[in-house]
Amino acid sequence: MQVHEYDVVIVGAGGAGMRAAIESGQRARTAVLTKIYPTRSHTGAAQGGMCAALANVEEDNWEWHTFDTVKGGDYLVDQDAAEVMAKEAIDAVLDLEKMGLPFNRTPEGKIDQRRFGGHTRDHGKSPVRRACYAADRTGHMILQTLYQNCVKHGVEFYNEFYVLDLIMTEVDGVRQPAGVVSYELATGEIHIFRAKSVVFATGGFGKIFKTTSNAHTLTGDGVGVAYRRGIPLEDMEFFQFHPTGLAGLGILLSEAARGEGGVLRNVDGERFMERYAPTIKDLAPRDIVARSMANEVREGRGCGPNKDYVLLDLTHLEPSHIDEKLPDITEFARTYLGVEPYTEPVPVFPTAHYGMGGIPTNVESEVLANNTDVIPGLYAAGETACVSVHGSNRLGTNSLLDINVFGKRAGIAAAKYAETAVMPELPEDSESFVVDMIETLRTSDGPERIADIRRDLQETMDANVQVFRTDETMRQALNDIEALRERYKNVGIQDRGKRFNLDLLEAVELGFLLEIAEVVTVAAIHRKESRGGHFREDFPDRDDENFMQHTMTYKDEDATSEGIPGMRLEWKPVVITRYQPMERKY
Amino acid sequence: MADTTQTAEPASKVDLPAHLGGGGGGEIPSFDCTFRIARFDPENDQEPHWEEYSVTMYGTDRVLDALHKIKWDIDGSLSFRRSCAHGVCGSDAMRINGRNRLACKTLLKDLDTSKVITVEAIKGLPLEKDLIVDMEPFFQSYREIMPFLIPSGNEPTRERLQSQADRAIFDDTTKCILCASCTTSCPVYWTDGQYFGPASIVNAHRFIFDSRDDGGDMRLEVLNDREGVWRCRTTFNCTDACPRGIQVTKAIAEVKRALLTRSLA
Repeated sequence: MQVHEYDVVIVGAGGAGMRAAIESGQRARTAVLTKIYPTRSHTGAAQGGMCAALANVEEDNWEWHTFDTVKGGDYLVDQDAAEVMAKEAIDAVLDLEKMGLPFNRTPEGKIDQRRFGGHTRDHGKSPVRRACYAADRTGHMILQTLYQNCVKHGVEFYNEFYVLDLIMTEVDGVRQPAGVVSYELATGEIHIFRAKSVVFATGGFGKIFKTTSNAHTLTGDGVGVAYRRGIPLEDMEFFQFHPTGLAGLGILLSEAARGEGGVLRNVDGERFMERYAPTIKDLAPRDIVARSMANEVREGRGCGPNKDYVLLDLTHLEPSHIDEKLPDITEFARTYLGVEPYTEPVPVFPTAHYGMGGIPTNVESEVLANNTDVIPGLYAAGETACVSVHGSNRLGTNSLLDINVFGKRAGIAAAKYAETAVMPELPEDSESFVVDMIETLRTSDGPERIADIRRDLQETMDANVQVFRTDETMRQALNDIEALRERYKNVGIQDRGKRFNLDLLEAVELGFLLEIAEVVTVAAIHRKESRGGHFREDFPDRDDENFMQHTMTYKDEDATSEGIPGMRLEWKPVVITRYQPMERKY
Repeated sequence: MADTTQTAEPASKVDLPAHLGGGGGGEIPSFDCTFRIARFDPENDQEPHWEEYSVTMYGTDRVLDALHKIKWDIDGSLSFRRSCAHGVCGSDAMRINGRNRLACKTLLKDLDTSKVITVEAIKGLPLEKDLIVDMEPFFQSYREIMPFLIPSGNEPTRERLQSQADRAIFDDTTKCILCASCTTSCPVYWTDGQYFGPASIVNAHRFIFDSRDDGGDMRLEVLNDREGVWRCRTTFNCTDACPRGIQVTKAIAEVKRALLTRSLA
């Protein structure tokens, strides 16, 4: 085992982690630990854009952006955080441009902007051009630009170092991190990284679902590690299903396709969003569009041999316009479905996309131990975190914004904290939890296969905790998850080696998936209302009186929630500054 | 003010082609195929050896799906990198039937599945295990060409202006995902591991031709080195291998030309 020492350790090298690293690396001795090479991170799969009220192409301001974010999140957004994000969005975009990001340009040479779902002028009057973009590979360009700037600043990366535990200690009676325990994939060696500050930027957990736009590597490791160490998880029941995944595959087709004029049609060729959102139609927020699509299919107006998808129609757009603005996603349709978007509509259906919930943080990206107290020296940003700027439904482009704004804040705050903090003592046997877990799994020879358990988990989550939910379906999912957790105890892997043992890696990841799926489902059963991405057929209305609050889920051996031992659920108030909750119509 | 989006409102209702309507069964055809995979266990093997696996696959499956099926259902020790599974993260470059490709972008229906499909690690980088190579030398070359904007003058308060035409000049080379398909398909790179390789030159191009950048001369100096662009023998392997469709050889030629014209100036 090796022990390393840094001022700041950042876990994860996607957009949030690298944005933090650029700040922290210039101020403090910083290491970035990442399960995969930085440029493989899923930020690179984001397509459509990053919103900021630059007003480069039409009138706009950050207050409208704040309002859209709050309304888009069905009023569960913490409004102070949304305000910070919308205000700092402008500098976040300009920072990226100065770092070299090749944004598309207006004829005057300024950063071009386009429409996106839920982003409107003057509090919902009509769609507004707010999304700054680089063709339909904005996330790719952000990831590349941030990596390039990490190279420029000599940021120290530990690639393919999988963080499996957060070391917590007590200093003067206050719980705080002392570092992390990491497993080096190339060698199988355990490394302890001592640090004064730790930043979690580990991305999401979309792989709890079967049909998802998420990468195979998005298994909720960061939220899982934090949860196992007693840190609560906030609003985990809110998961976003992106309307336009390639049917059957889940591969993302950006909302930019609709921002550039594409429309959704059912089997009758009808532009059905005119019925569901008469004002902004196909550019309604994702939860509304996804639900409308699923409803069309349920009512028998789906397309294809099994009537199980709808169509994204771009055929009325000029091919040159498609090539210029949407080259990658039209290529996906050609490659994976053999459909030519110039002349044929593309089969699409909602795909599990983004977890609104995560590790609770404040606007300084400090992690909360409960509703009020911060954990000194611990930070989180990006999809891993819940600050909460997305509330119950994230607006398109706001995730790229979130990682840049709160990643930057986390990096600055972590370095600043490390300036005066004393390196915490390493508790004895800090590595033992990870060593035991790894050795148990490496030598496991039970009859259960990882892939079977994972498949069964993903299938029950798709069937029971997706766009439409009821108490009954979710109880079914919960029963299934409990049975799968039992089966997981009898898992067996085949690779016994130390080097690049990815069989072992998948076994570890599955443990996180099972744990997080349970948290998502229990929190979803607990919230007996419909709001944003969480739609309950048995409670179809929003219920502000009882549920206008965040869910906080704690791992607690002494408690039981919704029949599940070991979990405690609490509520946390929503921060409301200037917008009182109203009915959400588009 | 720019108005680049379409103005005409799309029709509320259109007639769809008949095949998009309902009815009929949706059975996806399945077929059997055999994979011959170069296996290497660094803890037990002296050198790689071939293993064969037969799996039943479906018409929409990719090579990555087949590798997963083998790993998940037959042999869990088969090791390969992958992440996004749709051609944007660059993890799963490998040699499929002798050609560098991304496993997640190679559809089985586009291969001859009546014959054995061979899969091996990309060449020219140290082999670690099965289909995994050490990427460090590749990223080392990339870092050496200074892959970041080096602007001149004072930082403006707003964005730097750039015309659409200037932005278009380097558009193609911004698509690179650093998968190493191009570099490890290059015969020069196979025989001379010191050569920068196409991917580094592509990423140098992305900055040399960016109107906002002022570090072009420094990068050109790096690439004028003995192991720089002049090693390129224009075999076009790199262009064929690029999963992003980047005109790699053309970009290298543009860098060569820039070296000639700028050094004469």
